Amino acid sequence: MPGETATLAATEPAAKAAPAVLEVEGLKTWFFTRGGIVRAVDDVSFSLSEGETLAIVGESGCGKSITALSILGLVPSPPGRIVGGAVRLRGTDLLRVDEEAMRRVRGNEISMIFQEPMTSLNPVLTIGAQIEEALTLHQTALSRAEVRARAVEMLQLVRIPEPERRAKEYPHQLSGGMRQRAMIAMALSCNPRVLIADEPTTALDVTIQAQILELILDLQRRLGTAVILITHDLGVVAETAQRVIVMYAGRKVEEAEVFALFEQPLHPYTRGLMGSIPHLVDETTERLAEIPGMVPALNALPPGCAFAPRCTMATDRCRAEMPPYREWQAGHFSACWHAEALMTGRSPPPLAGEG
Amino acid sequence: MPAYIARRFMLMLLTLFGMSVLIFVLLRLMPGNVADILFDASGFIDPAERARIEEELGLDQPVVTQYVQWIGALLRGDLGFSYVSERPAIEEILPRIPVTAQLAAWSLLFSVVLGVPLGVISAVRQNTGLDYALRLVSLSGLSLPSFWLGLLILMAFVQWFGFIPIYTETPATPWDGFLIYALPALAVGFRSSALIMRLTRSSMLEVLRQDFIRTARAKGATEQTMNYRHALRNAVLPVVTIIGIEAAFLIGGLIVTETVFNIPGLARFLVEAILWRDYPIVQNLVMLIAVVVVAVNFLVDMLYAVLDPRIRYAD
Amino acid sequence: MATMRTLVQPVDHAVELSRAGANVTGSGSALLHLAGRHPLGLIGLVIVVVFVLVAAFAPLLATHDPLATNAATSLAAPGGQHMLGADFMGRDLWSRIIYGARISLAVGIASTVVGCVIGAAVGLVSGYWGGWVDLVVQRVNDVLQALPLLVLALVMAASLGPSLTNTIIAISIPVVPHVARVIRASTLSVREMPFVEAARAEGMGELQIALRHVLPNTLAPVIVLATAQLGSAILTEASLSFLGLGIPEPYPSWGRMLSESAAEYVRTAPWLVIFPGLAISLVIFGTNLLGDAVRDVLDPRERS
Repeated sequence: MPGETATLAATEPAAKAAPAVLEVEGLKTWFFTRGGIVRAVDDVSFSLSEGETLAIVGESGCGKSITALSILGLVPSPPGRIVGGAVRLRGTDLLRVDEEAMRRVRGNEISMIFQEPMTSLNPVLTIGAQIEEALTLHQTALSRAEVRARAVEMLQLVRIPEPERRAKEYPHQLSGGMRQRAMIAMALSCNPRVLIADEPTTALDVTIQAQILELILDLQRRLGTAVILITHDLGVVAETAQRVIVMYAGRKVEEAEVFALFEQPLHPYTRGLMGSIPHLVDETTERLAEIPGMVPALNALPPGCAFAPRCTMATDRCRAEMPPYREWQAGHFSACWHAEALMTGRSPPPLAGEG
Repeated sequence: MPAYIARRFMLMLLTLFGMSVLIFVLLRLMPGNVADILFDASGFIDPAERARIEEELGLDQPVVTQYVQWIGALLRGDLGFSYVSERPAIEEILPRIPVTAQLAAWSLLFSVVLGVPLGVISAVRQNTGLDYALRLVSLSGLSLPSFWLGLLILMAFVQWFGFIPIYTETPATPWDGFLIYALPALAVGFRSSALIMRLTRSSMLEVLRQDFIRTARAKGATEQTMNYRHALRNAVLPVVTIIGIEAAFLIGGLIVTETVFNIPGLARFLVEAILWRDYPIVQNLVMLIAVVVVAVNFLVDMLYAVLDPRIRYAD
Repeated sequence: MATMRTLVQPVDHAVELSRAGANVTGSGSALLHLAGRHPLGLIGLVIVVVFVLVAAFAPLLATHDPLATNAATSLAAPGGQHMLGADFMGRDLWSRIIYGARISLAVGIASTVVGCVIGAAVGLVSGYWGGWVDLVVQRVNDVLQALPLLVLALVMAASLGPSLTNTIIAISIPVVPHVARVIRASTLSVREMPFVEAARAEGMGELQIALRHVLPNTLAPVIVLATAQLGSAILTEASLSFLGLGIPEPYPSWGRMLSESAAEYVRTAPWLVIFPGLAISLVIFGTNLLGDAVRDVLDPRERS
């Protein structure tokens, strides 16, 4: 239905009251390995409203990609298994439906784009064929010619010049940015309600990154798609998302509206991530403040706060007791024993690497 | 693409040149020359006769001249003279070509038809009972020498039908041909199919790990679409190159199997020529085999280029 | 959902797992690992070890002199005095198969070792020094690999003449290009490693660097290849001997036992066909099982 784009484009960006299209509740995805149980995603909940952009932020290995794959039921199994929780798409729990029903959700109601557009596209099929495939899988009413026309239309929508010609080309003939545009065209071809973008710009040139992000946001406004943006880059978050979830070691450590988060982060980890944003202007004078250490082994987490070993604010309590995840301000959640101190702005302790 | 073809073609010629030198040198490493061996066989030495034969064979010429003469003759299609049958080699070789070609074709067909689908199934059902069973079958396929498998087949025929189905006369109809060639092709092809199956399986597993398979899954592709449309298309690329290796593999199987089934083909002819020390024939036959293997590999590379868009559109 | 089996390996997941310290390969001895993770490899190892023991203790296991002919027992059927029967010359088949293990393993192992050593040297030199040496070696490899293994071995055997040593040489030469190619490839990557640069900075000589630093780091693929080649070498010996161009009489080679009137014995004395073939197949099967397991252990990615 080529006309569908137009009708959906009329949908306005969702206001706060918009109904939740996707609700994740207490999601637990564990990996059962010989080294023990790895809690890649542990008790993660969030909801996504129509037309909203939610960012999930964290270093690699914090569980953000596994969260995304869990939503689509794509966790490699074995060793991975979703051991608890619910993923409700407009009320239907996707963890309870069978594989065939899940297959009809993928690419149709929830789409995903990946970090590496080169390896994520099949090298021996043309761009057009790969977009058409999503359509033939889900929009069975369309004729062969309609599918083809729609694929070209999608390429046009993602602003690929000469879409007819490009549709007949193979992935290796396109530049990195073009490939990611084609991935986006493929993901959006069936008008999904939710688009999960897993580090969509990380593998691209800096100059292309902004274009791709802008394209995703523009299409989101026009098509009314809700977007989950997975990134390690808070700079990207600031420009795109309305709400942010910060994950660490498989758990949520902070959640807030973008503005509130940047204004007053209530978790030292978030502060550390912010310190990691390179500032182009004073790059020469200021060294990138990095968080010392690495994400701990997920099968051997410390008893207290998982971030404590790397945290400059850590006290004995942090190391012994897991801080509760609670709402400190309206809509601003954090799991830190020192959230109050951070909130009142009482002498923010220095971070390693600074000063 | 044209540059790719040209480069591959030049490499092929270079390999063939090296091959001809290797064969030439190897056969001259032998203790004594052909004339010695001929006389050795007859046990009678007449120096004048010996000199005449050496001259006739060009053995009195410098080695380089001998080589140039040999290659010149080969390029003119002159395959020399058999000292065993005392006939021009071409008359011996030509009628044997269709025999071996048919046997090779049946064997190849058999190994591909069996090997590729079983390899795919084994990969798609990785680590299931079926996969283990197929892997054991392919491993035993690689462990059974073709000649022994051929003998076992003959034995089974004697047991069940009371006769030995070995080649006695040229088959008149294609059906007769099939009957004659099917059993030896089974003996040769089983081993090759085991190889193809293993390679298809590992190639398929490699592809199934790729990112684009995840993309296809995220798109909502069915298992069938994923395995056959996305994975197999990529997995057959390396399998196609295997057919090149396969050619060499098959020839090894043909040599022993033609002997077991008494098939008057080229491979058995080579063994006979070696046993009879008919060295002019050996030299030319080995060169012929090399040409076939190198040419098959060249064609396979071309086929690969046609199948893989990344090479097809490379400049 | 429960039956869903995903072969997808997302990048992030791999990182997460390794971060999680789930990567525990290499713990414990290689043998224990082989036994636990690769039961088939263990079976292969047992088969090979049994054949090695049989070869070593052949005089104890054989019931007859494998070379002693006896017109009275010509083509004797299995049972009675001759457990597995006797051949045309009345020689005891069981004893010949037992002693045949010596020939088969000696030729197989010796030619694999010779081929691997020459191949490793050639590959190391061509990969480490590069330049025209590398170019020539690669072209010679192309040539050697263009001939079917058996044809090359046949021609070598024919031009060298039949003997035990010559058979070993004839079988080892086709192994050389395979090994050289693999060693060259890993040498090329190891050569660029920082520790090689460090050794050079310390003033170590090129030859010393190649032998002390580069060679040990290319050993894993050689071991993988050597185990894979062992079965192939044993098979080549059997094929050459079957065709009458390998081990000369009167040595009891399994392949030779199957040659000559094998097609005739199929009808009249099937035991002469079955038992030697079984021995060949079993030992090759064992080396193949072992080779697969060794590759799995030493080569994290499954290779063809």
